[in-house]
Parts: sequence; structure tokens; C-alpha cells
Amino acid sequence: MEVLLQNEDTIAAVATGMGGAGIGIIRISGDQAVELGNNLFVNPKGKTLKTAKSHELIYGKIIDPETHKDIDEVLISKMKAPHSYTAEDVVEINCHGGIVPMRKILKLVIQAGARLAEPGEFTKRAFLNGRMDLTQAEAVIDIINAKTEKSLEYSVAQLEGRLSQKLEELDGTLIEILSHMEVNIDYPEYDIEEISYNFVNTQILGLLKKINEILAVAETGKIYREGITTAILGEPNVGKSSLLNTLLMEDKAIVTDIPGTTRDTIEEYINIEGIPFKIIDTAGIRETENLVEKIGVEKSKALLNQTNLVIFMRDISKALSEGEKELIELLKNRRTIYIANKTDAVSEQDLEIPAPWIPMSLLEDEGIELLKQKMLEMVFEGTVNQDADYLITNTRHISLLEVTKTSLENAIKTMDSQMPIELVSIDVMEALEALRGITGKAVGMDIIDQIFKNFCIGK
Amino acid sequence: MTYSGGDYDIIVIGAGHAGSEAALASARIGLKTLLLTINLDSVAMMPCNPSIGGTGKGHLVREIDALGGEMGKNIDATMIQCKMLNTAKGPAVHSLRAQADKKAYQFRMKEVIENQVNLLLKQQEATEIIVENGKITGVVVNTGALYTCKAAIICSGTYLKGRIIIGDVQYDGGPNGLFPAMYLSDSLEKNGIELQRFKTGTPARVDAKTLDYSKMIIQEGDEHIVPFSFETDQIDIDQVPCYLTYTNPETHNIINANIERSPLYTGEVVGIGPRYCPSIETKVMRFHDKERHQIFMEPEGLNTNEIYVQGMSSCLPEDVQIALYRTVPGMEQVEFMRSAYAIEYDCIHPTRLKASLESKEVAGLFFAGQINGTSGYEEAGAQGLIAGINASLYLRGEQPVIIDRSEGYIGVLIDDIITKGIDEPYRMMTSRAEYRLLLRQDNADLRLTEIGHRVGLISDERFQKFLDKKEQIKEEIERLNHVTVKPTKENNEILKSFGSSEIQHGLSIGELIKRPEVKYLQTDVFDPVRPQLHWSVMEQVEVQIKYEGYIKKQLQQVEQFKKLEHKLIPQGINYPEIGGLRIEAAEKLQEIKPLSIGQASRISGVSPADISVLLIALEQRRRSSVKDVTTNE
Repeated sequence: MEVLLQNEDTIAAVATGMGGAGIGIIRISGDQAVELGNNLFVNPKGKTLKTAKSHELIYGKIIDPETHKDIDEVLISKMKAPHSYTAEDVVEINCHGGIVPMRKILKLVIQAGARLAEPGEFTKRAFLNGRMDLTQAEAVIDIINAKTEKSLEYSVAQLEGRLSQKLEELDGTLIEILSHMEVNIDYPEYDIEEISYNFVNTQILGLLKKINEILAVAETGKIYREGITTAILGEPNVGKSSLLNTLLMEDKAIVTDIPGTTRDTIEEYINIEGIPFKIIDTAGIRETENLVEKIGVEKSKALLNQTNLVIFMRDISKALSEGEKELIELLKNRRTIYIANKTDAVSEQDLEIPAPWIPMSLLEDEGIELLKQKMLEMVFEGTVNQDADYLITNTRHISLLEVTKTSLENAIKTMDSQMPIELVSIDVMEALEALRGITGKAVGMDIIDQIFKNFCIGK
Repeated sequence: MTYSGGDYDIIVIGAGHAGSEAALASARIGLKTLLLTINLDSVAMMPCNPSIGGTGKGHLVREIDALGGEMGKNIDATMIQCKMLNTAKGPAVHSLRAQADKKAYQFRMKEVIENQVNLLLKQQEATEIIVENGKITGVVVNTGALYTCKAAIICSGTYLKGRIIIGDVQYDGGPNGLFPAMYLSDSLEKNGIELQRFKTGTPARVDAKTLDYSKMIIQEGDEHIVPFSFETDQIDIDQVPCYLTYTNPETHNIINANIERSPLYTGEVVGIGPRYCPSIETKVMRFHDKERHQIFMEPEGLNTNEIYVQGMSSCLPEDVQIALYRTVPGMEQVEFMRSAYAIEYDCIHPTRLKASLESKEVAGLFFAGQINGTSGYEEAGAQGLIAGINASLYLRGEQPVIIDRSEGYIGVLIDDIITKGIDEPYRMMTSRAEYRLLLRQDNADLRLTEIGHRVGLISDERFQKFLDKKEQIKEEIERLNHVTVKPTKENNEILKSFGSSEIQHGLSIGELIKRPEVKYLQTDVFDPVRPQLHWSVMEQVEVQIKYEGYIKKQLQQVEQFKKLEHKLIPQGINYPEIGGLRIEAAEKLQEIKPLSIGQASRISGVSPADISVLLIALEQRRRSSVKDVTTNE
């Protein structure tokens, strides 16, 4: 049995680069696109995607259909076949370009039944459906090959080390369960121990535990994908805004600067050597306010609890104020980088800056590199890194591992409802196929090979 | 010197299980058919075990029957014991297996063939095929006759350059003491058909009067026999038992002590043997910690003492064979009537066949059965039937019948061998089928009768009966979904007596049957106006209701699968010319020449990215050809 190559189902992906544009677009293409989009979308005036006109842009919210929670406010549109990029029914969800909302929405779309698109798949469909000129065929092939190559490289890099070992273990156990089930089915008259549901159940629970571990690590590792939440704190006029602007200007991959109407924070992304930092700021803090004074100690603590990293900034030409001292007290035992700004305003002989303070002069462009280095150090020293060698970061891999998990849970349900073994085997096979989607190994003869290796059968 | 022996539409070479089905199919479709056999006494012979069916194989027999083949009817008429295997598991893997009276099986098939209109059976050895301009035009036989034909089907089994191995005794020979066919291989190779060597083996036949069954465990057939054929209503016979015994450490010691005398271990046997039919020496050597191996005594027929010793195939020398058989309880005094032997034979590379089973090298030349590298009577019969149908359709200039992987085990079998190729004899197993829940033995008629009718192998009368059955199933399911069981105290008492839980509100009988512990037959207590239905209709109703959710899920998978199967690839594509295709993929595609994108994606070594590139190249090709046409006009 093998993984079907699907060219006809509904696919979805982030159409803009993750963290690459001000607005993020989730694109869904295929027969089910409108249905899927429709089920996740609510419009205040009761408009639905189904009844909307083609190419009409509607405002509304994406909600989680299970919890009914709002996920993000969006502009959504459908493009009816063949008047779309792929010439299939296409739905585009324009959301806030932050990685968090994009990932959440994409996840919902996939849970609803779409499949994560393969590299170059939208373009491929566009071509196959006649949306592109013949001369572009070569280019499309190049895109597919290049993207495949790249994603393969990525997968290989990711699959080295303990993660690959973990997945191998899962694979091995699945093959063992399946070959035992299949030998019972295909060789009923041989004196081979009947596999019991009890045994299969125990094995599958063990697998689920391992999968949950990997997914949990992926969750703590989401910091890599979603950004290190970073707050820049300090007294008014110490240079916080300038620092932020400098960091943003140096980083071409600025994500977004939309003061969300539903949020009271502003999120900005910067990217340092591939690690995204999500700079958060409570409304007004960029203005000249004292945090503790403004929102009180408890609220400040609550805010700090949401951050992974704090950059505390002072003006070195001035003495520490009471407010600053209070804040420094608050920051004890937190991951904090201390910046002594405006070194340019102090004469050389007066300048004595003890560690951990980093001297900085934004005017003279000093200290920025050191800060970035420090920010990276903080990340890699942090707890997030300790499991990194089986950290799974590829969204496609995570979604496949989740399918593996669901299939195994289904297998347990099938057994619980006393269904016969060949139905349980369907679920376990699905789990194996999803897992093999990560490792790229085809499901071929290995179950039958395993049967003949482990069991003495045959007339 | 050759002489002209006459003209036929179709010549079938070999009258084993493949050849018999092939010849009957083409003659029944209405084509003038000649069936050649090396020996008239070996028609439909079973040179190995005396049984038909088994897991996966039983499914094949039912499919053959649904398509209008003979195997099911033949075993129904000649069985001496029958069992439904896997009844403790679900309906998808229930499999029929019957012990056959070997001679009766042969005689009945021979009689059917002899009495078939349009069909002539002859004892002659085909030695040469005549190919002109890439097409088959005739067959020459050992007596000098040249028969002209428009199509030929080669079903040569294990006869081609057959070589028998019994320890250090080795000689050219066919199965079961028959002559081998020593010439046809060369003629095939001359015409561009490459061959490989496979091997298989069979245990000794022993004399029943030298066995002590009291030391063995009796194995009875089922009380109620389910027939193979959808046309057989019931089978009422006195069944003959089989017996089970076991090897022991002494048996294993003899093997260990003599293993250097086994040609399997001295490297003298070059053919590749099947892993699922290991010789007893292979079992003992590979699984040396296994203390005992099962041995079954299967009678070869009602009018013979010969007993097939299942589990004891071997190519050790005869003296070692006798010694080791005699270590087994109940076999201490055993006498051999035929020794165990291994046989090596020529077969083709099935990847050189189209899905119709026609050769890619020679037009009108079809292959079926063990020559294609498969093993088993049922696998052979299935291919023979398809080759017979497709050779006939080829003659009529019609599209071949191709059963896909979602329609039947026959489809799985043929697609596997022509797409994936094989490196050992291929045996059907239910685990080879992706859509096992849909490909049940109980619904083979629902899946395939229409095809059988379309090609002319199923009579209008049988077809009408089939349509009636289909309708009855539909109506009864519909009806059950509308009969409500109320949550009364009485009803809940009844449910409890079924081992089921109480209901709180009204439920349809259909809903109740979905519960694993509730059977259709039991629910008649809630159902005063239940119609009288045939057991096979009731069976369908129950299965279809009970597993509805799972069946739906597989049907959805099938829908995806079909879309890819229906994306056809035009023939005549030169794959190495497609830019962007990896070399390995291009080579594989060039060899297999898949019919559809679905088939292409099953070729090992062809990746999803290759398929994407292929799709684009095809679209490119299609559009350029459209453009060409427009400019020409």
C-alpha cells in the first residue's frame, strides 16, 4: 500500500512568506475550498463566503469552529473556477501578517480537511489548468525541482540526529504491529500467536506517548517559528524608539506594523540570523511613560510574564531614577539585557560601565551588533534549546505527525468499538503512511518483508 | 518440415489453470480457439497442494466466478472438504478454501473444455511462435503442424526448460513427472522476450496406509459449506478430514546433519524461490529456535491413497527426505509414493506486459500464469481469464478489460506484477490490497458481474438474477433504516439478551445492526414484516450496514485513487527526453510505460516531484499538439 499522490484534493498554504510581508495570505485551492473557508468565517452582517460574489472582498473574523473563539480579523475572498490563480475554486484569507495568526488559521484550514500544499503545488496546478503560457512550463518545472530540493535539504538537515532516531523508532513499532496483524490475517492456520487488542492497545499507547513528546517539544520550540517575545523597557527619552527603529531598519524582513484595532499591543518582528524576535510593546510605552507608574506593579509583572526576553534601557548620562530602580528590581531573575545608551553624551573619562550593561550609542551606531549577539546568546543559553536536536520545526512535518497521532487514536477507537482487526489495520496503516510522509520512505514491501523475516509460514 | 495445421483466432499454449480459463473465455466470447497441452492427462492439473482458495486466493476464485470463469464451479463440483478461514475476524478477510479431489477436478475441467463450442483441445507441444511485423501470426508444434492465428496466449506454467532437483539428482523435467517444454523459451527470446529463472517446490506424496492418524490431530471441514461460485446454491457432501502433526528436534537434527547435501545451500539451485513456500530445510535453518513446525496431511482425492504432506517441501536427497519424514509422529512407517522435489523454470519479466497482459514486444501475444512469475492456481486462473477476455477484445479491436486496484484482487495482482515487477514468485495476500474492506469475497459479484456480462461471459439470465439481488439488498437496507425499535422495557430486555446495551429513545433496526454485538438475524424479533431473503442478500445487508462508516472512508480514498487512474498518459512518450525528470525515474517510466498517472506513481523510484514534472510535460505536449493541429488547418 502506498501514499497516494493527490493532485485533485483541496490544498492550502501561506501564500506570502512566513514573516515576509505586512499582510499574510492563506490560500486554499480545490473543490472544497469554499466549503472549508465558509465554515471558518463569520461576518458581522451575516454574509457568508458561499453566497459572496466571486472576487468580492469581505470583512470578518476567522473563528475556531469547535471552540467558537475568534482567531483573527481578516479580509476574505473567493475566486470561482476558472477565474483564479490555479483555475480551481480559490479562497484567500488576508490576515495580519504575524506568524501566530497565519499559523493558527492555516492549522484550522488543515484540520477542516485541506492538505498542506507541496512545494510549488499552486503554480503546478495553475499550469496544469491552463492558467499559464506554455513557455512557462520549464520555469514551473524548475520551481518544483528547486523547491523540492530545498525542502529535501531542509528535511534531511532536520531529520539528522535524535529526531530521525525517534521517528525510526515509531516507524519500527508500526511495522511490527502491522506485520503481526497481517500475518494473523493472511496466515490464519499457522501456529503464530494471535495478536490481541490488549497488546496492540499497549503498543499504540506507547507510540502516542512518544508522538506527544515530540509534539510537545515542537510546541516549546515554537519560539523559533513564532518569535521570541521581547520587550524593550525604560524611562521616557532613553532611546527606546530609536533602538527599535534601528533594529527594524537593519532588518529588511519587517513583518507588520498594524496597530491592531482589537489589540492593545503592537507587534513588530525582527530577524536576527534566522531567529525571529517579536518585539511587543504595550500601547503607549513607545511614548514616554513609566511602565510601573502607568500600569502598576502587578500588571507590569503580568506583562513581563508574557515575554521571553526584556531589553532594559537607560540613559547613561543620567542617574538612575526611582522608577528605573523599581523596574530593575522587577527584572531580577528574568532574562534581561541591560543597555546603557547615549555613551556619546558622556565624556570618555566619566564612562565606566560595569557588566552586564552594554554600552550603546545609537547616534554613533555603537553597541547594536553587541546587542544582537547578546540577544542570540540569550536564546541559545535558554531552556528552549536543550531539546533542539529532536526539535521538529517544519510545519508540514508537524501536521503529518498530527495525522499519525489522530490515526492511532482512531485505531484505539476502532478496537474499543470491537471492530475486527482488518479495520484496525486500516487506521494503523494510515498512521504509517503519514509518518512516512515525513521520512520520505515509500510504504512498499516492508510489511510483507517483515512478515517473512519474523514468522515461519508457508506450506 | 512443417505443414499447415489450420487457422484459429486464438491459440492458447498450455492447459493448466491459466490456459483452461483463457481458452474457455475466448471460446465462450465466440472466437475460434485452439488449446494446446503437452499432455491431455494434465489438463487443470494441480502439481502441488490439492486445494483451491485460501486467504486472498479464495477472493480471486470468487472474482473469477463473478466474471464468468470456470474455477469456482469446478471446485464446487469436485471438493471433498471446505472451510471458511478467518471467521473470527471481519468479513473483509473471510476466505474460502477447499480440498479438491485432484483427478475429479481435472476430469471435470477437461470435460467442460471438450464440450465447449468453438474450442479444440489438442495434445501437442508448442515449440515456436511465428511473429511477422511485430505481430503474432502463428504457432508451430512438435509434430510439425503450423497453426496460424491472430492472437496467442502463453500459459506455460513451470514447463519452460523445467529442471527437477531432488538433492544431487537433477534432470530436465516438467512438474509431476511430465516432460518439460525445451524449445519455446528460445523462440520467445529470439522475438525479444527476456526470460528469468524462478524456482518452486513441492513435498512428497505418501501412502495413506503407512500413516498413523491416531497420533495426529483431525482437521474437519465446516459444517455448512459456502460455495465458491455465485451460481452454486448449496453443496452437500460427506467431507474428508485432513490431519495435523508436528516436526520435532529429531527432524531438525537430521536436516542440520545433512544440510550440506541440499542444493539450496550448495548454490546449485540458481532460481529464485518464493519466501512463502519455504522448504522444510529453509524453515529449520532460518528459524532454528522454533521447536516445531506444523505438518498437514491433505488427501489428494477420494480414489487414491496419495497424501500431500503440507509443510514438508524439500529438495534434500531422497534418503534424507524419507529419514526426516519418519521422525514425525504418525509418520514413523511412512512410505513415499512421489518424492519431494524443487523445479526451476523460465518465466518472463511481467513488467514487459501491458495491463491487458499483452506483450509490449509482440502485438497479439498474451501471457498468463506462472510464466508471468506468479505462483498458485488461483493467481494463474485469474490471469488466464483476463488474458482470454483481452485477446478476444484485441481481435475485435475493442478496449481491453482492466480491473483496477479498487475493483478486485485481480486488479491488484496484475497491477503489482506489471508495475512493480517481481523478484520472487508472487502469491496473493490480502495485505497487498489497499482497499481490502471493499474487496470482500462476499461482494465479488457486486463488483464484477457487470464486466463479465459486458464481455459476454455472463448470460442475460444470470445478469438479471444479479440485478434482482442488488435491488433486494438496496431495498432491505432502506427498509431497515425505517423500522423503529421503541425503548420499551421488553425491547431493552431483548437487547440485553443479545449482550447489547439498552436504548433510551427509538432507534432504527439499521442503527442497531451497527452495534458489533447485534446480528441481522436476531433483529427479526423487532421486525414483524421482514421479507424472505436469500442468505447471500442477508449477508450483504448485514455487512453493508455494520461497516458503513469504514466502507465510506475507503470509498473516499478510492475516489482520490480513481482520479489519478483516469489521468491517462498517451503512449509513445520518450521519457528520457523530458527535461527535469530524474534519470532513474525516466528509465523506470520508459520501461514500464504506465497507462495512467496513478500507475506511474506506484513505480518504485518515481517520486512525487517526478510525477509533477511528468504532469507538466504532458500538459506541454498536449497544448503543443493542439497548436499543431490549429496551424495545420
